[in-house]
Amino acid sequence: MTKQKLVIVGNGMAPGRMLENLFEKDRDAFEVTIFNAEPRVNYNRLMLSPVLSGEKTYEDIITHGDDWYGEHGVTLHKGARVSEIDRQAKTVTSDTGITVTYDKLVIATGSSPFIIPLPGKDLDGVLTYRDLDDVEKMLNAAKRGGRAVVIGGGLLGLEAAAGLKMQGMDVTVLHLMPTLMERQLDPAAGFLLEEEFRRRGIDVRTKANSHEIMGDDAGKVRGIRLDDGTEIEASIIVMAVGIRPSADLARAVGLDVNRGVLVGDDMRTSDADIFSLGECVEHQGMCYGLVAPLYEMAGVIADNLLGGSSEYKGSVTATKLKVTGVDLYSAGDFSEGDDREEIVLRDASAGVYKRIVLKDNKIVGAVLYGETSDGPWFFDLLKKGTDVSEMRETLIFGQAYQGGTPLDPTAAVAALPDDAEICGCNGICKGKIVATIKEKGLTSLDGVRAHTKASNSCGTCTGLVEQLMQVTLGDAYNPAAVTPMCGCTHLGHDEVRRLIKSKELKSIPAVMQELEWTTSGGCAKCRPALNYYLVSDWPDEYADDYQSRFINERVHANIQKDGTYSVVPRMWGGMTSSKELRAIADVVDKFNIPAVKCTGGQRIDMLGIKKEDLPAVWADLGKAGFVSGQAYAKGLRTVKTCVGTDWCRFGTQDSTGLGIKLEKFMWGSWTPAKLKMAVSGCPRNCAEATCKDIGIICVDSGYEIHFAGAAGLDIKGTEVLGMVKTEDEAIEHVAALAQMYREQGHYLERIYKWAKRIGLDEIRRQIMDDAAMRKAYFDRFVFSQKFAQVDPWSERVSGKDKHEFKPMAVLTKEAAE
Amino acid sequence: MTADIRKWVHIGTLEDVPREGARCVKNGDMTIAVFRTAKDDVFALEDKCPHKNGPLSQGIVHDGCVTCPLHNWVISLETGAAQGADEGHTAAFPVRLEDGQILIDLSYSHEAV
Repeated sequence: MTKQKLVIVGNGMAPGRMLENLFEKDRDAFEVTIFNAEPRVNYNRLMLSPVLSGEKTYEDIITHGDDWYGEHGVTLHKGARVSEIDRQAKTVTSDTGITVTYDKLVIATGSSPFIIPLPGKDLDGVLTYRDLDDVEKMLNAAKRGGRAVVIGGGLLGLEAAAGLKMQGMDVTVLHLMPTLMERQLDPAAGFLLEEEFRRRGIDVRTKANSHEIMGDDAGKVRGIRLDDGTEIEASIIVMAVGIRPSADLARAVGLDVNRGVLVGDDMRTSDADIFSLGECVEHQGMCYGLVAPLYEMAGVIADNLLGGSSEYKGSVTATKLKVTGVDLYSAGDFSEGDDREEIVLRDASAGVYKRIVLKDNKIVGAVLYGETSDGPWFFDLLKKGTDVSEMRETLIFGQAYQGGTPLDPTAAVAALPDDAEICGCNGICKGKIVATIKEKGLTSLDGVRAHTKASNSCGTCTGLVEQLMQVTLGDAYNPAAVTPMCGCTHLGHDEVRRLIKSKELKSIPAVMQELEWTTSGGCAKCRPALNYYLVSDWPDEYADDYQSRFINERVHANIQKDGTYSVVPRMWGGMTSSKELRAIADVVDKFNIPAVKCTGGQRIDMLGIKKEDLPAVWADLGKAGFVSGQAYAKGLRTVKTCVGTDWCRFGTQDSTGLGIKLEKFMWGSWTPAKLKMAVSGCPRNCAEATCKDIGIICVDSGYEIHFAGAAGLDIKGTEVLGMVKTEDEAIEHVAALAQMYREQGHYLERIYKWAKRIGLDEIRRQIMDDAAMRKAYFDRFVFSQKFAQVDPWSERVSGKDKHEFKPMAVLTKEAAE
Repeated sequence: MTADIRKWVHIGTLEDVPREGARCVKNGDMTIAVFRTAKDDVFALEDKCPHKNGPLSQGIVHDGCVTCPLHNWVISLETGAAQGADEGHTAAFPVRLEDGQILIDLSYSHEAV
């Protein structure tokens, strides 16, 4: 049987979605031809505002690239406007002269911007805001600077105004009504929005009635005059006052048309073989300009094309403003009335305004400003007509406050029913996302987007989707996996590390070449990371690139805010002596070091040393036996200890001795982020080992090894790796753990974050349970230490990197003049 | 201002400056950072980040820019202008490279447009 021929007029978001739905159900039912008046593939029109503001590029917002059409066998005629439909012969003809026959036809001609019939509307510089051409025109105008006047304070107008402002233009918004976005917002929220726009330096004028657009002799826009006589100079005027359905084609071929193309619940026009959807249709007296209803229509048509009997029942819509930094959500009907009650929450200092409108104990409308995370929950209650009398008292505070104690955000998502809508743009419910994650084994946000479409349109539900992935996948979900290392590559840390090993890349230029870096020399984010990965993976072969190290690691001291440095010598296990202290005192006096401080890692910090003095300071410290404490390194820092059985009445083991052994064994090793350790002689834990990267708690029967603690930006107690009986075993386990972290950690990722990503059980399995694996890690650590344990201070005292520590030239007054 | 009335001062050779690195030149109270890129272009900026006066000579040099070691501002080596969302300028001095010898003109600094 030959395939039926499906022809689509228009290539916007609605028909794009319809085809996806169709191909999902039956890949082979139709031979599809699309006519697109725009010379492009299908892109996400919702995201035009981020393109205008410069936060995204056109490539970022493509829904279907050229490949997609090829893969699905779809013929796309770009830049071909359909001029004729012969319903008798069932053919469609474009203005470029292409004629094709159809069995089923879909009209999706969308809408066109409404142009106010003002004098001067045809001048050069009067723009609309509808498609990518408009955005490009605006971006070009923005480059020239000057003032833009946006007519219309609705959704599109405000997004255009914010985008143009971000592009550096002066912006005035003219709005006919007393408050902004009056169709979606009540006056109070409209006022807050107006204030926010004013704060951003956008001139907002409400109750402003345009009278005439003024031009210069060359036919170019010069400004606008209002009814009250006010004149505003402008280099461009953007009209964003609304859209109207593009129904001319349908009207011309004799289909029933009112404001839009009339369709029934089955989305058929007055001709049974012709469907229509999107912004060009009128259903039950309603024309829609938001994406969610269009997508619902798309699902109905896809089903009916395949002989189904789906019905479209109209949509309740919710709105979000896509202006970065403005949180605004509105849904339903919020006009006042005798039969209505309202609940209002205002928090002026936080800039929050929430209003819920109730009728018969059911939500009929919601306006949220400043804090919108409960928007989908209210919208869900609204659509379902849930009786809210039980939770009326706390309703306005949101979902987290229902049913006792406040939930954390993830738990709140976990508590949502399966049919709760997560992605409003695409009408995707929680149940569908969870089922797809499980069924397809998805682990990344991109995967979920590709398979469910959730978070694929405006993207404001991304946080919810991520929480849902967290709930569904637990520890296996790793949001970082999809994040590129930096702007120079699309690859994440894991992929880069894997490719360095598998392709045997052994220099930074080799990595950048082979992995197709997009910049010629990397950036300050990726270079130090690559340098670490190469040092860690090829300890004997890779030549450390000092120019890719952060200054502290390049000069082996810590830079301070005034450009001086601080110096911390190693004190093994926190032990010192009169000889060492005397040497430090002498250095402090000799070099006039302004500050001396005890560090948290049981050693002494000398602050305020001039860079030129560093080699001489190190030389003196070296004579007393000091080596670098590497207090600047993404590497082993300190091993803090308590006095243990040497002195303490409670000590169970020689914690000081074990700490010194560990430090002498592990010093000099580079790690993804700093590594701080401690050994406590008994569970009283005076060395505070239970908040360290790796810690040991001595007990009578042996050594309890802890890891993954934190006491910085985050505070977190350690996890127990396991128990061992002897010091040697303790050292082997600790070094193996450190090596596993060295091989797998992302640069700057502390061990507790790495552990969370990998999973504690997996780490215990490899280090505690699998002796062969542990031994292999240990051996690799020992091998790499052969190259790492060189005291950088004595190297520099002997003359290495001399150029770092003295000026290239000191100009005398004569030379400079 | 034209080149012939500039006061070129010899400060050293290309080899004195590490590739993708910097050296300092002291000129009275002022320190000038002399940078050498991966492509052996040489630039001179006052050694002061426009943000908090961080020593730019200590930063990582990449693709015609240097990242300040204190708070990661990225400064154009050519113009001295802060890149991205940050705003500010560091004085940039004209540099001439002749047969591996570096000369800079301290009488004149230009700021980017």
